Order: sequence, then structure tokens, then C-alpha cells
Amino acid sequence: MRRSFLAAAAAIALAMPGAALAQETIKIGILVALEGAFSEGGRDGVRGVELALRQVNNTAGGRRIETIVAPTDTRPDTAVRQARKLIEQDGVDFVIGPLSGSEGIAIRDYAKTVPDKTFINGSSGALETTWVDPAPNFFRFHTDGAQWGVGLGQYVVEQKRWRRIATVSADYSFGYTNFLGFAVDFCRAGGDIVRRFWVPLGASDYAGVIAQLPDDVDAIYLGLGGTDAINFLNQYAQAGAQMNFIGGTIMADQTVLTSRGRAKDLLIGTPTSGMISDENPDAAWTAYVAAYRGAFPEGQRFPSPTIFATGYHIATLAAIKALNDVSGDLSGGQRRFQQALATMELDTPLGKIKLDQNRQAIGPVFVNEVTARADGSLFNRMVKRADNVTQTLGLTPEQFRALGLPSRDNPDCARLRAGR
Amino acid sequence: MAVAGEARLPAGSASGGWLARVPPALWVLALLALLMPAFANNFILFQVFGWTFILGMIALSLMFLAGYGGMVSLIQMTVAGLAGYLVAILGPSGTEQVSLGLPWWINIPAAVLIATFFGTLVGALAVRTEGIYTIMITLAIAAAFFYFTRQNYTIFNGYSGFSLVVPPQLFGIDWRQPVAFYYLTLGCALLSYAAVVYVARSPFGLALQGVRDNARRMAALGYNVVWHRILAYGFAAVIASFGGILLVWQNAQIAPGTAGLPAVIDILVIAVVGGLRHPVGPFIGAFIYVLLSSFAPDILQALGLAPDRFKLIVGIGFLAVVYFSPDGVLGLWERAMARRRNRTDPLTGLPR
Repeated sequence: MRRSFLAAAAAIALAMPGAALAQETIKIGILVALEGAFSEGGRDGVRGVELALRQVNNTAGGRRIETIVAPTDTRPDTAVRQARKLIEQDGVDFVIGPLSGSEGIAIRDYAKTVPDKTFINGSSGALETTWVDPAPNFFRFHTDGAQWGVGLGQYVVEQKRWRRIATVSADYSFGYTNFLGFAVDFCRAGGDIVRRFWVPLGASDYAGVIAQLPDDVDAIYLGLGGTDAINFLNQYAQAGAQMNFIGGTIMADQTVLTSRGRAKDLLIGTPTSGMISDENPDAAWTAYVAAYRGAFPEGQRFPSPTIFATGYHIATLAAIKALNDVSGDLSGGQRRFQQALATMELDTPLGKIKLDQNRQAIGPVFVNEVTARADGSLFNRMVKRADNVTQTLGLTPEQFRALGLPSRDNPDCARLRAGR
Repeated sequence: MAVAGEARLPAGSASGGWLARVPPALWVLALLALLMPAFANNFILFQVFGWTFILGMIALSLMFLAGYGGMVSLIQMTVAGLAGYLVAILGPSGTEQVSLGLPWWINIPAAVLIATFFGTLVGALAVRTEGIYTIMITLAIAAAFFYFTRQNYTIFNGYSGFSLVVPPQLFGIDWRQPVAFYYLTLGCALLSYAAVVYVARSPFGLALQGVRDNARRMAALGYNVVWHRILAYGFAAVIASFGGILLVWQNAQIAPGTAGLPAVIDILVIAVVGGLRHPVGPFIGAFIYVLLSSFAPDILQALGLAPDRFKLIVGIGFLAVVYFSPDGVLGLWERAMARRRNRTDPLTGLPR
């Protein structure tokens, strides 16, 4: 790895005029979870960074780029420790990361203590990271967990004609946040949520919840993920019930759709939404997928890039563009670099993305439907994209603030339906 | 016995003798520790040494119970976690809907008191068991605490926990600045070390070691075995509580993962790798743990390997220590010393 960087750098150094030779290397720290539940996703995140850097021969703004990986275990305290190591010990210029929600909130608070360094979020999706007391040097170039629910609510009300639903979601911050995005959209489109169930993360027995699920609803929203999702579906199938589902972002992702067993077949026809769509026909996306497949041999990557790869990739693209805009100038507390990041309009595999005043992405969100291929395998077919989704989910900041932060009781569906 | 002899010395010469008996290596070490901020960077001070002293204190509380009491308790990290949580709940934090915001002179003593009470209570339950059952009961309570904090939102704020928990600005010093925090943790670590050394040589500590070696004989001699053990848990809990408070200040946040099962096991690993025979062991173990977990990815990257297998280096490191020396790094040291002593033949005085 390092040798290839050096080779690339040497080639560039020969080609560049003398001024660039004097420039020092730019060090990028990659803060990524490589241990625990998201370790596979974390590895894909690193691939996303590598892919973006390879495409520019590890140079931006006339300076050579070197990377240092700092692994975390998705715990916020580990994330802060590793970020501190990157900045204080390794002396990186800026950090790309972290990967998961509560890490993001911890890094936001740490970022405030080092205002002369820059943080570009990898793939952590907590709303609070850029909404509550945001750090001026923390940037997020992808949509957050609440934004990922937008478009889905309107789609199920208008296309599926499902108006009365019950919800089963995971009882932690991402569960609330992802649910909030869906529910705001759903209730404003005229839907009604009759009952909300919150189940602890990692619960293995869902019999109690399944028995209580009402029959007189049009669909059930499932905001679970990973093994929780699979366990729920298995037990639901055994209970013999048959109901329409609406999937949260991690309910019908690759990890669930490629799982063993037949339980996942219950998901066929389930609408879901998220940051990416595997089968997005957009030219920018297909080019990105082709580049991803070309850059890494099969068996050392996913069939198509995950949200982790995409989030880290977009963050790196933003860093490269900003470095080019300021000609590699990171002096003066990186103010020009940060300014370039804050004001850019970035071309990404997902489409155009720009930032709001909190340095949070305004971008597209995709509504998908789980579909079976001829061989029985499942994939997410794109049915709709919502462009320019803001962090306030189309509400004014005052209205959105009035909703309160994501929690078990938020949002109040009746109020939103009445348009207040 | 040296301890008994020491007690009979007149007060005046006792302090002089005590100072004279400190080996010169320790003086060098103490000087090095005091002057560290002159040549180490902020990361080394705050992260490497700060964290070493904190983990060392929590592991020291386990070493006290296991080494002197013969009780391997896995509850120490949970006691530390509870103290950290209490500082966040009673004092000010970024989670304003839960935190009470009481001043430091209420929240710190209250946190230590409650956590110590909790640790003692768990001890009272655990001392009725022996060996592997003690490990099981304390592990079960530690696991229950982890799941409870993750699901309770009214007191422990569930999955998110508490953020922006920082030390109070005492004497106009920001104690979270690297140099100040280094001295704070160094001071606390030294105090706990001294306390353990002192208690181990006190009548209570000697009786506790007697209980460890032969509980039945101690009971026959009229010692209350159960109360000695419970008090040992109480004393260990005080040290763990202070460690926990420092830990939450260092991280500036606390969440269920802080006292989760991996963290509980880490404390055991630290104590075992360092050595359970002497109170300095846990600090050595903590230093090795911190070095490995901070720099393992760099070792891999320097060798040209992918950094995502860093846990392998950490694991191999610990395995190597335990394999070559079942009684930790301290055991290695003691064996090396013994070999040096045995190099000459005691009869002829000639090298063997």
C-alpha cells in the first residue's frame, strides 16, 4: 500500500514543476469501525476512500496524499481516543470518519476542541451530529438517518394506499431517527400510526410483540436491522401471520436480503428507503459501481458498494475537491479549506450534493422495493428518488425544532397530519 | 517478619528508614514520572499515561481482591462505570434532561459513596461463593448492569448515555488539559497504590491474606472471615470508583459500552498480564494494554499488512505474556532476578 503511494508520488513529483516539489505530503486519518458489528461495513468504507484516492493518483491540490487508518469498535469513547491519536500523535491534517451514529456525536464534541483541524463524516447518520450544537469544523456530505426516511411515507400513502399502520422499531438512537424521517413524511401525507412498539437492540424474542400486533392496519413498519430483522421475520413467519411491511433503511439492506433461510422472502414487495439504491440507473452511479468492481477483486468486496463505502467515498471526493480549490493550502487553521468545503456543490455518484448552514448535506434519498430475481435472490429495485432532501425534512427549521429530537413519542402524527 | 519489625521501630527513625529502603530504581522512575511533561507530547501524556493510570487503578482494585483476598471479582469495571455514571447524573453534563447539575463537592463524594456501597453489596453476595462461582456471579451482575443501563432511559439515558462530562475547574485549572490531567491521574494512581501497599501490610490486610491462604484456620483463630472479605470488596470499590470518575472525565462521556462485557474482561486481562502478586502489576498490565491497543494498527501498517487485523497483534501480545509467564510480567521479572541470584554457587562462591 505505502509503496504504491510512494511510486505514485515519485511519478507525480517528476511530472510536476518545482514549486510542488517543496510541498509536504497531506496526511488523512481514516477513522473507521473495524471491530464489532460493523467491521465488514468498515472495511468497505476504507475501500471507498482508496477508490477515490486512486482515481486522482493520490494527489490533490498539487500535494501527495497519505492515509493512516485508525480502527474503532463503534463505541464513542474508542472513536474519540483514536481521533485524538490521529491528530495528536500521527499529526494528520484532517480526519475522514467516523462510521456509526453515537461515534459521530462524540466526534462532534471532540472536533470543537481542535478547531484548526477538519472532520469529514464517513457514514455516521445521527441527526444530532449536525443539528444540535454542531461543530464548525465538522462536515457531513451525505444525508442523515432521518433524511433516509423521506419519500417513503408519501410513496406508501399515495402509491400503496396504506394509511393506517403500526410500527416495530429498535429502541435506540438510530431506530428513533430513521423512524422520525419516515413518520414525518407519512403523517404529512395523511397517514396514521395507530400503535408504536419499541424493542431493545439485540432482543431475540419477538413473540410478545407479534402477538400484540393489530390486525386492522394496512401495513407494519419495521425499523429493525441485521440479525434482529432476521429473527423478527423468522418468528413472524412461524406465527403464520401475513401482513404488508414497510422497511426502515437497515431492514432490507444487503445483509438481510442475502441472509440464509426463507424468512427474508416475507420482505418481497416491501417498500424501503435509504441513502443509496443498488440498481440506480443514473450514469454517475453505474460508473461508480463499475470502478468499485474494477478496483477490488471479487471476494474482497461486496457485489456492489454499501452505504459505508459510498459515505466514505463521497467524503474523500469532497476533500479532494476542496484541496484542489485551495491548491493544497491548509495554513491559517485550515479556514480556506473549510470554507471551500462549506460552499462547494459536489458531484457524487448519487448526484449533486451541497451543504446547509450546519454543514449537513442536502441531497437525494432513494425509495426502493424489495424484488425477487429469477433465481430467487432478492434485491432493492429503485422506484422513486426524492431530490434535495433537507435535514429538516421539508419543514422549516422552526417547525422541525418544534417536533423535538427523535425519541419514542416523536413525532406527533395527528398534529403533522393536520398540517401544523 | 519484616512488617512486625518495622512496627517496633521508634517513630523518628521509622521515616528515615522508610525513605532509605526505597530502591534507587524507584527514585529514577518517580523523577521520570514527574518530569514526563517536559519531553512527552500531549497524546502520550493524556492518552497513553492518563489512560494507563486509570485502567491501572481499576485493575488494581481487582488485583487487591484477587491477589490478597483470593477472590477474582469481575465487578470492578462495573463499579467504576457506576461511579462514572453517577458523576454524570448528579453533576452537570450535556444531557440536560437527566443530569441534576449538582456542584462537584456533592456529586463526587456521592458518586464514590454510592458506587462503593454497590461494590460492597455485590461483595456481600459474592463472598458466599468460591472460585469460579465468584467469577460467575460477578460477571452476571456486570452483564445485568450493562443491559440495564442500555435500556433504562429515565436514569441512565439508555444507548446514548451522557456526553460533555468534564472535570470541575478547580483552582483555576482546566483539569482536562493534557499536563493537568496527567498529574491528576498520576496523583490518584500513586495514592491508590500507596493505599493498597499500606492496607496489605496492616493487620486487616494480613488477616485478609490469612483468609486467602486458609479460611478455616482463620475462622478457628477467631477472625470473621465473611466480614474481612466484604470489607475487602468495599475497599477495592473505593479505588475502582475513583478510577471510574477519572475515566468518564477523560472520555468526556459515558455510555453503556464503557462498562460493557468487553471492558470487564479487559480489566481482568490487564490484571493477569501485569501480575497479581504485587500492586505494581496492574499498572504494568495497563501500560502494555494501552500501548498495544494504541499502536497495533501502526505495527501492522509498518509491516505492510492491512491494519484491520489489529486485534490479532493485541491478542498475540497477551497470549505471549501468559504463555511465557503464567503469573504475568511481574513473574518474568522475578524469575530473571532469581536467575541472577543463582548464577553463583552458594557453596563455593564461583560462577556455575
